[in-house]
Amino acid sequence: MDTRFQDRDPAAKGRVLKACLLLAILWPTFDVAQFNVALAMTPGNFEVFTNFLSQFFPPSFQPDFLKMVLKATLETLAMATAGIALAMAIAIPLSLIITHSLSISRLGPASGHRAAQLARYLARMAILLMRGIPEIVWALLLVRVFGLGPISGVLAIAVTYGGMLAKVYSEILETENTRAARALLMLGSGRTAAFLYGLLPGASQELASYTVYRWECAVRASVVMGFVGAGGLGQLMDQSMKMLNGGEVSAILMVFLALVFLADSISLVIRRQLA
Amino acid sequence: MTKAVSRDFCLKCILTFLLILSLVVASFVVVSFNPLALFTLEALGDMALYIARFFPPDLSVEFLLKVSTGLVQTFAISAVATLLAALMSLFLAVPAAGQMGQGVKVLTRFFLNFLRSVPELVWAVLMVLAVGLGPFAGTLALALHTAGVLGRLFGEALENHDPSAHLALRLAGASKAQALLYGTLPILGSRLLSYTLYRWEMNIRMATILGFVGAGGLGQILYYELSLLHEQQASTVIMAMVVLVVGVDMLSNQLRREQMHSMG
Repeated sequence: MDTRFQDRDPAAKGRVLKACLLLAILWPTFDVAQFNVALAMTPGNFEVFTNFLSQFFPPSFQPDFLKMVLKATLETLAMATAGIALAMAIAIPLSLIITHSLSISRLGPASGHRAAQLARYLARMAILLMRGIPEIVWALLLVRVFGLGPISGVLAIAVTYGGMLAKVYSEILETENTRAARALLMLGSGRTAAFLYGLLPGASQELASYTVYRWECAVRASVVMGFVGAGGLGQLMDQSMKMLNGGEVSAILMVFLALVFLADSISLVIRRQLA
Repeated sequence: MTKAVSRDFCLKCILTFLLILSLVVASFVVVSFNPLALFTLEALGDMALYIARFFPPDLSVEFLLKVSTGLVQTFAISAVATLLAALMSLFLAVPAAGQMGQGVKVLTRFFLNFLRSVPELVWAVLMVLAVGLGPFAGTLALALHTAGVLGRLFGEALENHDPSAHLALRLAGASKAQALLYGTLPILGSRLLSYTLYRWEMNIRMATILGFVGAGGLGQILYYELSLLHEQQASTVIMAMVVLVVGVDMLSNQLRREQMHSMG
């Protein structure tokens, strides 16, 4: 055995090899992503961008503009709240359909077994589709039906978060202690009764806390959705950006950061109370 | 149970419930939206007509080729952005963990918080201004936001890890950089890698929509086709998005489950 003093990293060879391999795999992706730092330095781009950034200070605080920002902020909060309320209305029935621990046909042979299975499958597909399409895509699609404005945003949040909530609700209901619900079902109670008396008491805290967390996410998302015309702060920011009005953009950005911080702390306080 | 469950009159619960209910109602008033209006015959008919325009999806070979290019581009944007962000975060994590003094730590944390709290889409608009339309803008935007997230996670990992290996190397005469590279990083490596992979998963999802502001990938194709009222093409792109998002979701769930099994 070689006991010479090693002043080099014994694992160096493997590390270098791994890094090279990784780089070789990733190299083409740089190409596909059109990675080109020089683009930022072309005179046209550079000038426009630095001009725009230099306008960020001072932020615009004209009374007229502030009034608009205030209205948009209120709208953003309302969008998130209304959206989550609708999402819950969508998610609760869906999650009750797909929750295994409430399945009567799982207890044993039952009439209507096939129909129940079909309903469960359809509900799962609907949930997959609802949360598989990002909220901003929903917003873009809905804007074409309901026109520009917060209504499309509310519905987009309702659909996407309805799917997410339904999935997580059913997961929570399945990981809770399900023996009480099972006992109720075996004694012949209906699914609703088994849910209300067997599952809900144990799971309500977790369900509520997750819903509040999603509300916080919805506040964040409702800002972004404005970029496709779905109302709120995002729409205002989009307009200011298109006009290259840096002062307005930085003011909106500050309000947005404050709003997210506020939503964060509200959700934290509520979730602490629930825990 | 010997004693009946207390079903006392709970004033606080009722008040809380009423407060939440009134806030929800107020929200609907603010956005002037009556959800019941969705269920009128006219509205339902409009929606059905609109949905019908998305069928059948355009499955011609040339369009599928275009969509697959977008798919590859989306994937590339997310991969490159995550890699760049991970590299940046490694450098930012050292000051963020307070290894270069308290003042630098506060400054770095503030910078990271800023990077993190500006949404990806806003970064994308800014980057489109800076480097022009195309996937490069999306890559930069994702990288900046992700650097904020990963920088904080890496910094926290660096701050809270077991320092004995680091200390042993330092006491044996290694420099700070050597102790970091050979003492700390090997211990933290797998954790940092799992953070990075987790962010990559989220970035793939994000990269699909950055194109809405012109930053490349599937989103750009979707936005373009929808602006031209090509709903059939749009529905193909949406299908590709769902496949990508759900596929990544399932893959990562599978991997996570396997890892949990192997860890016992």
